[in-house]
Amino acid sequence: MKTDRLWTLLFAIGAIFATGCFIYARTDADWWLVPNVSSMGREIDHLFIIILWITGIVFIGTQIVLCYTLWTFADAPGRKAQYVHGQMKLEVIWTIIPASILVFLALYQMGTWSKIKFRSSLPKVQPVAEVTGRQFQWLFRYAGDDRRLHTDDDIITVNDFHFVKNEPTVIHLKSQDVLHAFFLPQFRIKQDAVPGLTIPVWFDSDTSGKFELVCAELCGWGHYKMRGNVTVHETQAEFDTWLKKAKTEQNRDQLALANAANGG
Amino acid sequence: MSDHALSAGHGHDDHIHPEPTSFLSKYVFSLDHKIIGIQFLFSGIIMFWIGGLLALAVRWQLAWPWKPIPILSELWADYGYRLPPEYYNKLFTMHATVMIFFVIIPLLTGAFGNFLIPLMIGARDMAFPKLNMYSYWAMWPAIILMTYSFFTPGGAAEAGWTSYPTLSTFSWSTPGSLDGQTLWLMSLLFAGISSLMGSINYITTIIMLRAPGMKMFRLPMTVWAMFITALLQAFALPVLTSALIMQLLDRTIGTNFFAPANWMVANSGNVVGGGQILLFQHLFWFYSHPAVYIMILPGMGMVSDILSTFSRKPLFGYKPMVFSISAIAGLGFIVWGHHMFQSGMNPALGATFMLSTMMIALPSAIKTFNWLGTMWGGRIQFTSPMLNAIGFVAMFVIGGLSGIFMAATPVDMHIHDTYFIVGHIHYVLFGGSTFAIFAGVYYWFPKMFGRMMNERLGKIHFFLSFTFFNGTFFLMHIIGMHGHPRRIADPSVYEFLRGSGVVGMNQFMTINAMLLGLAQLVIVYNFFYSLFFGPKAPANPWHANTLEWCCPSPPPYYNFLKIPTVYRMAYEYSSEGSEPLDYWPQDQPEKSDVVEAHVETH
Repeated sequence: MKTDRLWTLLFAIGAIFATGCFIYARTDADWWLVPNVSSMGREIDHLFIIILWITGIVFIGTQIVLCYTLWTFADAPGRKAQYVHGQMKLEVIWTIIPASILVFLALYQMGTWSKIKFRSSLPKVQPVAEVTGRQFQWLFRYAGDDRRLHTDDDIITVNDFHFVKNEPTVIHLKSQDVLHAFFLPQFRIKQDAVPGLTIPVWFDSDTSGKFELVCAELCGWGHYKMRGNVTVHETQAEFDTWLKKAKTEQNRDQLALANAANGG
Repeated sequence: MSDHALSAGHGHDDHIHPEPTSFLSKYVFSLDHKIIGIQFLFSGIIMFWIGGLLALAVRWQLAWPWKPIPILSELWADYGYRLPPEYYNKLFTMHATVMIFFVIIPLLTGAFGNFLIPLMIGARDMAFPKLNMYSYWAMWPAIILMTYSFFTPGGAAEAGWTSYPTLSTFSWSTPGSLDGQTLWLMSLLFAGISSLMGSINYITTIIMLRAPGMKMFRLPMTVWAMFITALLQAFALPVLTSALIMQLLDRTIGTNFFAPANWMVANSGNVVGGGQILLFQHLFWFYSHPAVYIMILPGMGMVSDILSTFSRKPLFGYKPMVFSISAIAGLGFIVWGHHMFQSGMNPALGATFMLSTMMIALPSAIKTFNWLGTMWGGRIQFTSPMLNAIGFVAMFVIGGLSGIFMAATPVDMHIHDTYFIVGHIHYVLFGGSTFAIFAGVYYWFPKMFGRMMNERLGKIHFFLSFTFFNGTFFLMHIIGMHGHPRRIADPSVYEFLRGSGVVGMNQFMTINAMLLGLAQLVIVYNFFYSLFFGPKAPANPWHANTLEWCCPSPPPYYNFLKIPTVYRMAYEYSSEGSEPLDYWPQDQPEKSDVVEAHVETH
């Protein structure tokens, strides 16, 4: 039937819908990549957008060819199909072009990947905290006045992570029980926390303020609520003030306070 | 009759086994590959509904967190009709497990593989009919154990279909890690045994029982795809089996393959360890990445044949197609690490896996271009199998391209374990595999049951499925790139997911998912109505060339009264001098015979 070719429209609308979603996404903060605040995040977003352009062009190209084919070569009275088994030249062309694009894409990623994850590119700074995931909270262990971890004056916070703006920041990531993943969407950082391993992770922030820490690896019934607060301080002094306050809170002796209130 | 068999030198015997007479041996414990294929088809359809309903409950919770789910919420009257969060984890764990191990793999390899391989290569049955029967009946302990696990204390498994230790290995880590997880492991062991028996049978049958003249490079693409898939299964499954057994031992007799030293969970005492968690991930993905190809290659083969038939045109680039599925299978064994980029695996290894993963996109691209080449210049007939096959091509392009984002290790840092990957896998497994299954059902139903399905209902079903499928899954890419993690019961815990845009998209997707589910009633009605009341099907309703169409619909117990001789490839459509008919079946030496056969069967 002649009207059968109208099916082309369904496939065309599907392709337009898909393309339209990404075009609209650019204009709506809820749809696009959550705003980025880290220097590595900028590189990752750049790579994301390059892949989006390449795949977008390939997608639109193949869908146009598909729809053109369906519309033009739909069955009609008197139509005869071509008798072709293939064409070597075309096969070579459509092997070599995608192959080169894919190799380019893979090589183009390597620099950023090695800068973020290779141990050799880890900033040579004291880790700001040791981060331990456990069902279903994040423990942050900061060094006290002696600048060393695992000593008596360590400060431990729960679901409350602080660091300083524009400083390369290193954490040591651990897990106490099951797999968790340390995911900072606004920083484009994700790393699984693996029982038995200590994994150094680094990142930075060009913006001070409040952000969110997500557990991104299934860790049990409370996985969905394993959320942490992230505070990026404007200056080191501001961070030190917070740390001092945290220490006071940690050392507050409830019994002594009660005794004092009762007139001791 | 016998000189063909002798000259071919294959293992044919020309005597015909007597047909079983009792109901039990004919329809239940059948040795007939066609009946076994249909058994796999029916159990697959039942499991498809279970898996689909589990998914709808997942979607409900994401759109309207903690609002009572219609009907299901009665189960949780004690909890104020709210879905308990561990149940959410069970829902998605079991949805994936059921869909992967009990629907897509058994439907593609079990149903279509069994039914089609002997018919398409011109054999009377599989090489090992008994093994074939066992492979089906090994599925039932798997199904029963998996279903039973919902009713054990603690309920069904809830460690995700990936079942990563230590959440899965220690019974006190989460409620579903009690007996539910043990049953899950045992069930998958049975499903694995079923697949393994099937794949050995397919490999042997395709190598040994091809009809005279059926050279390897005359096999239809469907059979090539089944052959490569069977090889993948045979080589990858032992690794999954070992991983499952190691986890089972960790859980039951106290070995420590996966738990590290000085480790504890939920305030238990320290566990004596010495194992490695990443070991399980490596073993698991060494099977489960090839499994992704096990779930798509047969669909690619079937779609290739269907596209050629309804374009009335030879398949474009047959050999490149064969080489590209072989390349997918080969590369499929060296890309498993791309599931583990953020797992703590050495990042240098991640860089190598990125390169191999990018390369595996190449054969998929080649196949897509060849499908477009097949349709180009054809005489495209928009039948319901063809529409679903075109849907496969259109949607597989999206699934393939979105994979490139995850293959890029730095980009994967952001989108790993978000809804972006959920969108990607559903474009491959629903947009790809499931549309291929629909296409296969519409295409081979006349051969299976001797009756035609209703074309109008078939088209309505495709229109609704295609529309609501895109409505359900496309926006997952968008919320995924926004950062929406997968496997969380309540997105509103996170501030960046509370925007009206994200909430709106989640609700839009859920409504589409429900409509997508409802649309499947159309194919179920069409299937069962046509089974009893559809018009009688001729032997070759689509005027196709492959061998299954030269025996009656449905084929008799012995398939072929006379083992056919194969003269050419299956794709001689619209060749010179073919008027008024535009096809030339593989078993017809002369074109004039086609005309006769055509007259006979109509």
